Amino acid sequence: MAAIEIDSVVKTYAGGVTAVRGVSVTIPDGAFAVLVGPSGCGKSTILRMVAGLEAITAGEVRIGGRRVNELDPADRDIAMVFQNYALYPHMSVRDNLSYGLRNRRVARDEIARRVAAAADTLQIGALLDRKPRALSGGQRQRVAMGRAIVREPAAFLFDEPLSNLDAKLRVQMRAEIRQLQRRLGTTSIYVTHDQQEAMTMADTLIVLNGGRIEQVGAPLGVYRHPATTFVAAFIGSPPMNLLSARVEGGRVLLEGAEILAVAGLADGPVTVGIRPEDLAPGASAPDPAVAFELAVDYVEELGNGRLVHGRHAGQEMTVAVAADVALGDRLALAAGRDRLHLFDSASGRRLAA
Amino acid sequence: MVENRPVLDFLAHLVLALGVALVAFPVWIAFVASTHAPTRFLTGLVPLLPGDNLVETYRTMLTAGISTSGAPPVAGMLWNSLVMAVLIATGKIAISLTSAFAIVYFRFPLRQLAFWLIFITLMLPVEVRILPTFEVVAGLGMLNSYAGLTVPLIASATATFLFRQVFLTIPDELTEAARIDGAGPMKFFRDIMIPLSRTNIAALFVILFIYGWNQYLWPLLITTDDGYYTIVAGIKRMAEAAESDPKWNYIMATAMMAMLPPVLVVLAMQRLFVKGLVETEK
Amino acid sequence: MKRTIFGNRLLPWFLLAPQLAVTAVFFLWPAGQAVWQSFLRQDAFGFSTTFVGFANYGALFADPFYRNALQVTAVFAVTVAALALGVALILAVAVDRMIRAAPAYTTLIVWPYAVAPAIAGILWWFMFNPTIGILAYGLKQWGYRWDHLLDAGDAMMLVVIAAAWKQVSYNFLFFVAGLQSIPASMREAAAIDGAGPVKRFFTITLPLLTPTTFFLLVVNVVYAMFDTFPVIDATTEGGPVQATTVLVYKVYMDGFVGLNLGSSAAQSVVLMGIVIFLTVMQFRYVERRVNY
Repeated sequence: MAAIEIDSVVKTYAGGVTAVRGVSVTIPDGAFAVLVGPSGCGKSTILRMVAGLEAITAGEVRIGGRRVNELDPADRDIAMVFQNYALYPHMSVRDNLSYGLRNRRVARDEIARRVAAAADTLQIGALLDRKPRALSGGQRQRVAMGRAIVREPAAFLFDEPLSNLDAKLRVQMRAEIRQLQRRLGTTSIYVTHDQQEAMTMADTLIVLNGGRIEQVGAPLGVYRHPATTFVAAFIGSPPMNLLSARVEGGRVLLEGAEILAVAGLADGPVTVGIRPEDLAPGASAPDPAVAFELAVDYVEELGNGRLVHGRHAGQEMTVAVAADVALGDRLALAAGRDRLHLFDSASGRRLAA
Repeated sequence: MVENRPVLDFLAHLVLALGVALVAFPVWIAFVASTHAPTRFLTGLVPLLPGDNLVETYRTMLTAGISTSGAPPVAGMLWNSLVMAVLIATGKIAISLTSAFAIVYFRFPLRQLAFWLIFITLMLPVEVRILPTFEVVAGLGMLNSYAGLTVPLIASATATFLFRQVFLTIPDELTEAARIDGAGPMKFFRDIMIPLSRTNIAALFVILFIYGWNQYLWPLLITTDDGYYTIVAGIKRMAEAAESDPKWNYIMATAMMAMLPPVLVVLAMQRLFVKGLVETEK
Repeated sequence: MKRTIFGNRLLPWFLLAPQLAVTAVFFLWPAGQAVWQSFLRQDAFGFSTTFVGFANYGALFADPFYRNALQVTAVFAVTVAALALGVALILAVAVDRMIRAAPAYTTLIVWPYAVAPAIAGILWWFMFNPTIGILAYGLKQWGYRWDHLLDAGDAMMLVVIAAAWKQVSYNFLFFVAGLQSIPASMREAAAIDGAGPVKRFFTITLPLLTPTTFFLLVVNVVYAMFDTFPVIDATTEGGPVQATTVLVYKVYMDGFVGLNLGSSAAQSVVLMGIVIFLTVMQFRYVERRVNY
């Protein structure tokens, strides 16, 4: 069991491209951390540097307090689950599970014991003598997990392990992976581009963009208090509405109307964020800080509700509503003061509100 | 087919029947000749149906040969051909596997140069550099030896390129998984790469076995001791003598035995053979 | 390009060593020797060697026998390629019409690939034997006295037929693969456009088969120039009067039998040039083939 410390890590490729620009984060012992971000944000590169599959250009990675920069992947006491599973196609499930142990010269009866235990945990006991190509996607996923757990490593590394599964199986496997990890208590880093997967699975959510950390925190904290406009737009579906507003004399003005009085803000442009579900039809919102009418352009029917796309004073917005809405309607909306997020327009950083 | 044209279908069958006959006819004639007694060939009329001398002819050739024509027993020549074909096929595959592994999975100075050196062998068939190569082999004392028959022929750009292609299609994640599982390069090569390439290896073996078995000029040049004659090259020495003293039944029996092993390999492993043929031309 | 590589410095050289050693000792060194010797001339007794520059090449191209060999090679290669490609194409088109019978016919046609060129030569040599051969006998009934020992044309026919016979199976396999890769929808579209089977063959199938044909043409020319040595050596031995002496056969005769080292070396170098040209053709073409 071990904490993973990533300390000022930089990755520059031979061609001069910098993929990771100084990332520092500590994943406590036993935690399940999720690295999330759009493609090219550096999340897989960070994971691969922790695994030892990429050289670390600068900075340090420590697993259980031990610097691992110079260690081979096999010596870092980690196990990895790959997106395409990377099962050895010519080996049976049993041989796939035991290959790493045999290479480490673990005693034969110990290998048998661990393989049996892992097969039992993952309910793949009946598949042990099959080849990977005779398995379904979900079964392969389990075998890939099994290969990680037989090693009893200090950390699990997951590189988008559910991307190749269909939507239903993906949801089921999320739960299974989390339950398994809680039971084993093994520190884990999980990489995904799917913010919903990240929200549902993470103890610690690490949002990355352009090779830098945007925000680290518990999923709900990140959702409720996004640190930047990038996080605000990336976490949550449909994304938060971001509206251009102005600060004049301590008052935030949206299209000339005062919506908020905030002390200590310099005059100038500001971005106001409101989540689609935080906008309610006019009168019902207590203490409305902002109220306006939305011209309805388009309605997305979801069955249990609907997403209304429209414009207010030229700015596009999305609202989640329960009531029926017709195209061309004007919708009166309001949002409470505590549901508004203020961001600096230039830097995108959250402003104290 | 787009439309039903019975006439065209009939024509196609006719063409194919003719093709099959054209392909088989010379071999049938050779077979028939090998089943008759030598005296049968003194008159001008050639037989079209098998005679009754099959067992005698083949037994004589296998065990005794024809001493007057300088032909050793065929059994020995068959053995030499088998050794040569297997050694060439195995040798080419072995050194091409390791070369391709080095080129694909390592970065080292002069890697490009090594690649081009191997590529050049494509452009230097033995027929082109026959005399100096003979001199090198003679200088190394490799005349009349299995080493001389095989080693100069086992460099293979084609096989190296084939394995390079195969290795390039193996996903990186598999290599990474193996590294995390504690496998070093040679362990990875043995435990993962070779098993994953085995159908390609088998397909290539079929092609290279035929290549090795059918070698002619090289064994003809470097074997003067009839203990090292291969059957394909040996038949030429018999045929030369046949001009004056025609022993057609014996020559054709030898020809039959010379083509039987590789033809059986092709027929038995047609799928692998086709795969090997198509892949080596990529 | 692999993302994951191994870091060892020495290991790749160990892995490459056998291949590079064989290449250096049996390919590069002899080839270098050939180039070097092509600029030398030995006296009749082999006692002294002098550097003569391009004199061997000059003598070579002035030699009527060598010019004859060039011509014989051209005629031989073109005829073998045309015959082997033509027959194979007809058979492949016929098989392409079949559905259930195709595998059986394919098996019955491909096996001569495994027959050694030398054996193929012997088989046809026997059938054309002027006194005993069945084909020579048949021709006699038609009033033609076949004798490849005396008649240059007959000798050329013999080696062409033997060489082409063996190569048909190879071409057939590639033509069948080429035909199968033509989408059925294309022929169906042509049929709806009113093109009959014959017209479809010439306007749709044949043009779409051009890449395969061109590839096979190069392969067949290489085969005819370099791999048919055994066919000639086992049958006509280049005769009569050098009527079937192709370039490769002449290198061998001048080097091993005539012991004219300088000339043989110069011929080797010319042949290397031809192989390099053909290989480049083949590879430039393969590059394009991969892309579509």
